[in-house]
Amino acid sequence: MSSTEVIIHDEKDNVGVVVIEKIKPNQECNCWIMENDKSAKIQSISEIPLGHKIAMTDLKEGDTILKYGHDIGKVVKNIKKGEHVHVHNVKTKKW
Amino acid sequence: MEIPKSFLGYKRENGRAGTRNHVIILPVDDISNACAEAVANNIKGTIALPHSYGRLQFGADLELHFRTMIGTGKNPNVAAVIVIGIEPKWTKRIVDAIAKTGKPVEGFSIEGVGDIDTIAKVSKKAQEFSMWASEKQREECPMSDLWISVKCGESDTTSGLASNPTVGNLMDKLEPFGVHLCFGETSELTGAETVCAKRGKTPEAQKKFMKTWSDYNDFILKEATDDLSESQPTAGNIAGGLTTIEEKAFGNFQKIGSRQFIDVLEPAEEPTKGKGLYFMDTSSAAAECVTLQAAGGFNIHLFPTGQGNIIGNPIEPVIKLTANPLTAKTMSEHIDVDVSKILSRQMNLDQAGDELIKATLRVANGRLTCAEALGHKEFVMTKLYRSA
Repeated sequence: MSSTEVIIHDEKDNVGVVVIEKIKPNQECNCWIMENDKSAKIQSISEIPLGHKIAMTDLKEGDTILKYGHDIGKVVKNIKKGEHVHVHNVKTKKW
Repeated sequence: MEIPKSFLGYKRENGRAGTRNHVIILPVDDISNACAEAVANNIKGTIALPHSYGRLQFGADLELHFRTMIGTGKNPNVAAVIVIGIEPKWTKRIVDAIAKTGKPVEGFSIEGVGDIDTIAKVSKKAQEFSMWASEKQREECPMSDLWISVKCGESDTTSGLASNPTVGNLMDKLEPFGVHLCFGETSELTGAETVCAKRGKTPEAQKKFMKTWSDYNDFILKEATDDLSESQPTAGNIAGGLTTIEEKAFGNFQKIGSRQFIDVLEPAEEPTKGKGLYFMDTSSAAAECVTLQAAGGFNIHLFPTGQGNIIGNPIEPVIKLTANPLTAKTMSEHIDVDVSKILSRQMNLDQAGDELIKATLRVANGRLTCAEALGHKEFVMTKLYRSA
């Protein structure tokens, strides 16, 4: 099995989680989709540490982030495919 | 893996079984802590459970205080109990309720006597209890005598990816053996509340869950600052990659696997509807939550962590697991089960669930948890509002 750098919970998700110590900018990453055991690839733009999220697609302000196949918040600043997704560009819809 | 049918526990007078055999010195109130601690220092084989409250409480807050005190004493991990309060009336109420289990329990009050004579008197009784309990032997108990509570802490995205689903896998495998299971953390289901409600086995359980969650959420919205004072998610959560409460909630929710809950419990309430999964209305603060679950009668606890929460409980052993490879390495003395190989796909969830079952049974049989070996005994009462 080739190495896995990113795990995606659900096929519908537009973010994946980095599962190695960190990925570097312009790194070609192998992704594993847990739900259906499929694979995907993503090229990173940012450096992203372990446990942090990477955008699997371009996202616009107001878009919904899907993880576990569910709504986990809204985009507050445009995000490019391969970019780091976190508190600087995503906020809760709850509080 | 073939799952063992039994573990070695301490059979109690009321038919429950304990994974531990503690003799506890329980102060009713804050000002009785000194006396309780002095007795526990005098008499080996006893532990004091000091805490911060128990004076001038009223209404639902006082009832919760009593429920927590009484439930702690009744827990089958406790062989015998000494209760010490400043006044006799509240002390007696706790003693009488614990006595219904049939276990040795005795109450003392300090007013009119003073600390020194009370300590002398209580120490004699505590010595008797400690020596009596020391002769108790572990016996074979069916798996259904395990009451397993779960709560995660210092979570990060590895919790939702792997350590919480490992707990869910254990729940799916052990529920058929007739174990009692309990999850809580009302605020940390925010964002996943409607998905969670659907896991109620009956329309009543679903309705009760939504009401409990809504009440808590209304309270939070009333008191909240715009960022909830960095409490949900915490700075640790954010460092670990969790961005929003919704993301945290869906990760948290993985702990119940594919189970359905049969009832919603008040904080520290003992389940009465038989084996299966229960939701308990608790804070998401680790020590408060585990204290309430232990008071509900749960005798072994599973605690997945991402960034490395170090909590323990004085009477309920807390087994910690992590899927974060950095935490497993840098905080190894706190981690009982390392499931980080799930992330590198060298281990699957089924294997991780089996490893956790093995670890749970070893601890049920008497192996010390990391938290026990390190002396973590966090006993934290939940307070609903200001005292009178």
